[in-house]
Amino acid sequence: MGLYVLRRLALTVPILFAVIVLSFWLMHVAPGGPFDAELIDLDPKVVESIRAAYDLDAPVWKQFLDYLGGLLHGDLGPSLIYSDLRVSQIIATGLPISVTVGLSAIAIGIALGIGCGIAAALRQNSFVDYIVMAAAMTGVAIPTFVTAPLLILLFGLYLGWLPISGWGGGDLRHLLLPVIALALPKVATLARITRGAMLEALNTDYVRTARAKGLREWKVVTRHVLRPMLIPVVSYLGPTIATVMTGSVVIETIFGLPGIGRAFVEGASNRDYPVVMGVVIVYAVFIQILNLLVDVIYGYLDPRIRQSYGRPEMSTAGAGIGRGK
Amino acid sequence: MAAESSSANRLGTSIWRDAIYRFSVNRAAMLSFWIIIILTGMAIVIPIWGPHTLDAVDWDRILIPPTFENQHWFGTDANGRDMFVRTMYGARISLTIGVLTTLVALIIGVTYGAIAGYFGGRVDAVMMRMIDVLYAVPTLFLVIILVSAFGNNFLLIFISIGAVEWMTLARIVRGQALAIRQKEYMEAARALGLPASRILMQYILPNVIGPVVVYVTLLIPINIIVESYLSFLGLGVQEPFTSWGRLIAQGAAEMEAAPWLLLIPAAFLTLTMFCFNFMGDGLRDALDPKNR
Repeated sequence: MGLYVLRRLALTVPILFAVIVLSFWLMHVAPGGPFDAELIDLDPKVVESIRAAYDLDAPVWKQFLDYLGGLLHGDLGPSLIYSDLRVSQIIATGLPISVTVGLSAIAIGIALGIGCGIAAALRQNSFVDYIVMAAAMTGVAIPTFVTAPLLILLFGLYLGWLPISGWGGGDLRHLLLPVIALALPKVATLARITRGAMLEALNTDYVRTARAKGLREWKVVTRHVLRPMLIPVVSYLGPTIATVMTGSVVIETIFGLPGIGRAFVEGASNRDYPVVMGVVIVYAVFIQILNLLVDVIYGYLDPRIRQSYGRPEMSTAGAGIGRGK
Repeated sequence: MAAESSSANRLGTSIWRDAIYRFSVNRAAMLSFWIIIILTGMAIVIPIWGPHTLDAVDWDRILIPPTFENQHWFGTDANGRDMFVRTMYGARISLTIGVLTTLVALIIGVTYGAIAGYFGGRVDAVMMRMIDVLYAVPTLFLVIILVSAFGNNFLLIFISIGAVEWMTLARIVRGQALAIRQKEYMEAARALGLPASRILMQYILPNVIGPVVVYVTLLIPINIIVESYLSFLGLGVQEPFTSWGRLIAQGAAEMEAAPWLLLIPAAFLTLTMFCFNFMGDGLRDALDPKNR
């Protein structure tokens, strides 16, 4: 087990390196640069000296080596647009905001989504099941950039209960709407996945055997159904948690939250290379850690997977999300 | 050989006929199918023969709510342009992008997955590691980088989205292809000396069509959403053209004064999402071998 984790960790190094190469190359090969738009009227010599100050006149491979060198010392470089800020400062202020909103939404998603999914599966084809599935279908079908403005319209403008934008220093009232908007599709997806996985587990031979030998129903569920049911849930949660922790671009834009999702979009449209790279690296690190966690949890949930840890061909990371029927 | 292939064909059609039958008795899926057909028809026809044109400004009726007067059935926007025509034009762009991006993803994903699965071994390992790397970059991030890097013209938007969304398809096809590799008829085909391209086309692709069709139906709405996200962030289609995402973004900006500008395109987008999801569920049930 420990060996497996170590080998997986070693494997993340080339993956992270490839991600860095890919996004660095994409950013730099693209036409246009960070100082194109605003400096049109300036003396070409000034533009040249600004570009030289950031080493943007060097060949791309040299810029890349410099960037990599900085990275190894934990330096993500300066922001090209906000000239008095380092990328690490931008991420240090933005990340806690994104993580707070994201993890709150995931917590709601886990509690409500898994709960509703189990309830629906245990009473298949009942009224409860139909209500939960209809609500879940709605939640999956409506994107966040529709629900978020509607929530603002209803609770912010018509009813006037909650503030419609801003961070408010982490004030709960400011957090409520963005967290709800972000949580709704997670609740819906988790309810669908849970219900499908639960129904599949309930129809297995070993559950029939457990019932036949007279085990009480709740014991059948807790002992034989919950564990296999959790596998598709966990494989959905892994990448999803990484994504929401890095900040929902849309939610942060609509609610005016100063998280790193918004920093990323601004950075991408301003060609603020180091900021974009910084956020991509944070995301890539998160996703690697969470995929590893998912695979380790698989091992606890299913002994057959645990035994396969010895074999090299074991990549479940980000594998197909079990969509239940 | 000829007799065998014709009997295989007959078996093939009956499997497909079964699937079509099962799909056609699924009311939600059929209703969704017809709604999409009607919506597509309106998206084609209305911008051409509608009561107004896409960018005609009605100076006397700016930001009016939906009304029958002067045929502004969905009202007008802040520039006095007719929302009915604009919503239908948005449908045209959104549906086109949804279908074309999925087509791009389909071509890349199926080719890539089939090759990896057919050759297996080291080729497969290298090709799958490359997908692992791409999976480590968030989809929306990658699309945003691509679009902001290479400008936002219509063609590049759908190539960018398609170039990002093919990976799951590749994995599905590769998994199926790996499973089929072990079958006796594949061994027979190889023993007969059929070239790899012919084996891919004739034996592997027909076998992967079921799951691919289901995933494609679910990928179209995903791609419509991705384009809408981009347009919402101002990175998608540009004026005077419009898509549902753009209309929703503009509507959200005016929603206090004119909520219909947000609600109408949002309702159409949501309806479309419902329809594609129901169709995907229906197709999965229809093509699932366990249901036979």
